[in-house]
Amino acid sequence: MALLEVRDLKTHFRTDDGVVKAVDGVSFSVEKGKTLAIVGESGSGKSVTCLTVMGLNPSRGVETSGEALFNGRDLLRIGGEDLRKIRGNEISMIFQDPMTSLNPVHTIGRQLREAVLVHENVPKQQANARALEMLKAVGIPRAETRMEDYPHQFSGGMRQRVMIAMALINNPDLLIADEPTTALDVTTQAQIITLMGRLQRDFGSAIILITHDLGVVAETADSVMVMYAGRAVEQAAYKGLFYEPHHPYTWGLMDSMPNLAGDDSAELTPIPGTPPSLLRPPKGSKFNPRCRFVMDVCREIEPDLKPVPGDPDHIERCHLEEPVKQSEIERISAERLGAVS
Amino acid sequence: MIRYIIRRLLWAVVLFIAVTAVTYALFFIVPADPARIMAGKSASPQEVERVRQALHLDDPIYQQYLRFLKKLVVDQSLGTSYANRQEVNDIVAAAAPVTASLVFGGMVLWLLIAFPIGVYSALRPRSKGDRAAMIGVLIGISAHPVWIGLLLSYFFGYKWQLTPIQGYCEVFTPPAGQSQCAGFSLWQWAYHLILPWITIAVLYAAFYVRMIRSNTMETLNEDYVRTARAKGVREFSVLRSHVLRNAMLPVVTMLGMDLALALGGAIFTEYVFGLPGLGKEAVESIRRFDYPTTVGLTVFATVVVIVFNLLVDILYAYIDPRIRLS
Repeated sequence: MALLEVRDLKTHFRTDDGVVKAVDGVSFSVEKGKTLAIVGESGSGKSVTCLTVMGLNPSRGVETSGEALFNGRDLLRIGGEDLRKIRGNEISMIFQDPMTSLNPVHTIGRQLREAVLVHENVPKQQANARALEMLKAVGIPRAETRMEDYPHQFSGGMRQRVMIAMALINNPDLLIADEPTTALDVTTQAQIITLMGRLQRDFGSAIILITHDLGVVAETADSVMVMYAGRAVEQAAYKGLFYEPHHPYTWGLMDSMPNLAGDDSAELTPIPGTPPSLLRPPKGSKFNPRCRFVMDVCREIEPDLKPVPGDPDHIERCHLEEPVKQSEIERISAERLGAVS
Repeated sequence: MIRYIIRRLLWAVVLFIAVTAVTYALFFIVPADPARIMAGKSASPQEVERVRQALHLDDPIYQQYLRFLKKLVVDQSLGTSYANRQEVNDIVAAAAPVTASLVFGGMVLWLLIAFPIGVYSALRPRSKGDRAAMIGVLIGISAHPVWIGLLLSYFFGYKWQLTPIQGYCEVFTPPAGQSQCAGFSLWQWAYHLILPWITIAVLYAAFYVRMIRSNTMETLNEDYVRTARAKGVREFSVLRSHVLRNAMLPVVTMLGMDLALALGGAIFTEYVFGLPGLGKEAVESIRRFDYPTTVGLTVFATVVVIVFNLLVDILYAYIDPRIRLS
């Protein structure tokens, strides 16, 4: 059985202007010790999906349905106190902006210690020792003295390391990382990704990695879910997605990723237009207004998620005929995959 | 930390000189002749001239200011009242405890009201309780202290005879023969200040409810509060240790400022309830063209503001680690 099994998850926000369907029927699963990457533009519902699973959405004006089975328990139903005991202990989360995610008035040591003490009845010294050990594990130099420092005395990359230390201090089964490298500069990004990979091996945690960076996905993910406008548009194992991408939106993401093999002939091609309003999403396929391959049927009927021929684990949501897709897959493989193969 | 305090102290000295100089000049620009007032209505021009010389009023302003500063620094004296030859020091010393009693007592009351209501409103925005609180805030901010004071006096003091309407009772040295203050002095002191405290608290509580509410709501949306919840911290601890600690930082600043300003003279409240505090003394000294008293009270108010600013700065450095090292 999968560690986390999410089925038909819907998160709808009631606003003054109407209902925003931030997440609208998403299903996925994460296996023990594996990494699932959730990819998509801002506003595609990646973060809300994970916040819903964690029970961290605002309590008012939100409608949630579906189920999220974690070790067989439905996180959407078990309620406040039971969910609180799971949070930070069995499932923990790292956020996008390390500059604002740590409390400015408490020392790093106190914030790390707190993560232990809310879940375990251990003496303060023992919690401190664990905190120190974690700080060393994430590579903070002079960890002993830095325990007494405040967040503003750390750089962005160091703060994200602290966040990771805090998330892993109780040895969780699942770590949700919400764009953990977006706010960091490129060299620091690589360090953090490497660190997360190493810690995953050491601690055996499964990871849900939320990102819009396909390069990061290529380095870390076992499986990938591409989201668009609150829905999954393509889900596959890592290889299937990178070598046989089947959805025009996935193609768009790949075309806007630089080819690190240094092949200049393939220019970066941005996806035209902007993500749709979730208040009034387009009829038919949600991606149709921005799709280069749009057909009449796309404007009327939203395609279902269906498996790709020959790969039952690879599902996608598009009306295009398979031969059209194959030619596009060949083009992309030729132009882009120097970077990841 | 020590360098921070020294730097603040040096600034306080500069501020003090600037404010006293401006105040001093301001009062001597006013087109009234204190010598004539001092000498009395029936005085001859010669007598007026003698008074002018005796008070050094014919010297240039800067000399008068320097003489005033010298007296202040060397003799620690604010001078002598023109009106009744009383030492201004004594006037301030008599009035300051009255105003301090009024303001600090009022502060305790307004914080006791504002803190729970503000936090409750922030946690339950747009609820019935929040809406009721916001209407209360609007009334509190709009209602003038004189109106509130008179209303309270009429109902509690006059109609229902529950509280005194006028006057102040000393705690430590209750004057003999003042029958209204007979009895246990601490009780009499508080009893006479109940209505003034409520009056001053209504306005400030309204401001503080609004400020505490908005700060708390803002802090509730901070990323680090989400981090705390993601760690599994209990909701009560999230509120106490992550939300309120941060939300109260601006309140400390505001409290320091407001206390300093109110100590300069809560004029309206003192007037309505006949409290012989700094505000009342200041208004009366202006009416009598009693410049030394006016300037003395202003200087005292300035010092209070400076001292409170300093206290706030130091307190702030203590409660906000980001200030400490910068």
